[in-house]
Amino acid sequence: MSNLFNSMIEWIDKRFPLTSNWKAHLSEYYAPKNFNFWYFFGSLALLVLVNQLITGIFLTMNYKPDASQAFASVEYIMRDVDYGWLIRYMHSTGASMFFVVVYLHMFRGMLYGSYRKPRELLWLVGMCIFFVLMALAFTGYILPWGQMSYWGAQVIVSMFGAIPVIGDTLQQWLLGDFTLSDAALNRFFAYHVVTLPLVLLVLVFVHILALHETGSNNPDGIEIKENKNSSTGIPVDGIPFHPYYTVKDIVGVVVFLFVFCGIIFFAPEMGGYFLEYNNFIPANTLQTPDHIAPVWYFTPYYSMLRAVTVNFLGIEAKLWGVILMAGSVMIFCLLPWLDRSPVKSVRYKGPYFKIALTLFVISFFVLGWLGTKSPTPLYTLLAQIFTVIYFAFFILMPWYSKIDKTKPEPKRLQE
Amino acid sequence: MMADSFSISEKMSGRRKFLVAATSVAGGVAGAAIATPFLLSMMPSERAKAAGAPVEVDISKLEPGMLLMVEWRGRVVWILSRTPEMLETLGKLEDELADPNSDKNQQPEYAKNRTRSIKPEILVTEGICTHLGCSPVFRKDIAPADLGPDWLGGFFCPCHGSKFDLAGRVYKHVPAPTNMVVPPHVYLSDSRLLIGSESEGSA
Repeated sequence: MSNLFNSMIEWIDKRFPLTSNWKAHLSEYYAPKNFNFWYFFGSLALLVLVNQLITGIFLTMNYKPDASQAFASVEYIMRDVDYGWLIRYMHSTGASMFFVVVYLHMFRGMLYGSYRKPRELLWLVGMCIFFVLMALAFTGYILPWGQMSYWGAQVIVSMFGAIPVIGDTLQQWLLGDFTLSDAALNRFFAYHVVTLPLVLLVLVFVHILALHETGSNNPDGIEIKENKNSSTGIPVDGIPFHPYYTVKDIVGVVVFLFVFCGIIFFAPEMGGYFLEYNNFIPANTLQTPDHIAPVWYFTPYYSMLRAVTVNFLGIEAKLWGVILMAGSVMIFCLLPWLDRSPVKSVRYKGPYFKIALTLFVISFFVLGWLGTKSPTPLYTLLAQIFTVIYFAFFILMPWYSKIDKTKPEPKRLQE
Repeated sequence: MMADSFSISEKMSGRRKFLVAATSVAGGVAGAAIATPFLLSMMPSERAKAAGAPVEVDISKLEPGMLLMVEWRGRVVWILSRTPEMLETLGKLEDELADPNSDKNQQPEYAKNRTRSIKPEILVTEGICTHLGCSPVFRKDIAPADLGPDWLGGFFCPCHGSKFDLAGRVYKHVPAPTNMVVPPHVYLSDSRLLIGSESEGSA
């Protein structure tokens, strides 16, 4: 039996690089031996991606991308399709959990300096994945054609109208109409189920290729490839990804699935944070709901969008809001070049960086909370203050990371 | 491997370099040409362009203080019958408004006045916030808790907090940059209003 198996593998290896790839990317891919809790979220993101692809395919079997039928077809899936409710809740919960794991994955990178040389491209590809993910979330949210779908899309598409000169034409080109209508719903469906998933898959592939070229960073932020066993050429602090980390990741998957199933079965709407109550009302083009807020993962940026209320430097407040919102997401791309610290990991960084990172996390949460609230003068003031802190974290980084009092990095990984 | 291919390009003759450059340019032009029909297919279709017919509204039952909503070109249009008290508030607010005289081109010439209307009491405006396209809420209550003691009635956008007075004029220090848009309209008679056209003939 094993002979048959071996000769089959041999047959394949002569025609396709199966064994060599298995070794290069799994059984002989050496990862640092000190991965901790924060290193679960990359593989969990892959798991959620698979969940979204599979549940998404099944949803398209019953969904109708037509402004007059979309809302009813979603209700049909929920009520009349066998297990339709389960598949839809897996998809909607998966969307929110995608952002949970990706935010934690990105935060890990910020903690341990995973964006630093030589992993700048890896970080940039990751940022592209994040942008595509945001586009997927936005286009997906439009599809049920409820009140929040409609007015949320109205706000986002109107942002393109704020761009000087080409804004109006660009907006019509995006919508395929002079207002948000059936034409837009139909094409956003095409983006959501074909264009963006294809782009996402390619980017994820490139992300993993780039990771396996440089090797993984680790909580100590030192390069294990600089300390190899002289006879085998294997990093002395490295262990093969398979079986060591495949087994560890399975533990993460089990814990994650407990949480995931808990949400699906007991709180799929998550108190209005995962599925908003106003979106259970069909789109009404004549009336905006009294309270509109995006889904939780967009609220920090949304707070910044509405934080600017005065024109300055000759630019209208409206355009400033759009610039800040776009800037608040894009600025992550500059991290590899903003961080001038001699060490990578937070473990060896000094107090300035730790304070700055803490303030950044606080501002991210406060802005996120404010984004779920209706604007009042006090809330707008708070949003303005925390927007400044959010951007200060990035803009002042070259300065405070350079003068910070760091500890010396160890030569070997710490247990 | 990489180094080899670069050194090959150094060894290329002038004629070969020219041919490679010319082929690249021709390929680029062909790529742009084939992209054009795809990109243009995304502009509003002929059907979408034809769907903008004017709307006739009967306003005979519109009581003072009442707001009527109609749909024109997929947008909400408000018809507000303002009471004398409401009209009085318009003069009191002008210091707080960004464009009290409607200098920015957000209305036809015939609505460029303090009430932003043809008939002083009837306001016709698109009910769409000039910030990011939400539809503001008509708040005629005076000095409510959430809008402060200085509120004299107007429109409040729940999305991003922009405020407009009862003539659709925008307040200072809010995200919306301009007054609300007054669509072209004409009175066919005292009770018949045509929205989307300025003459009876084109209706």
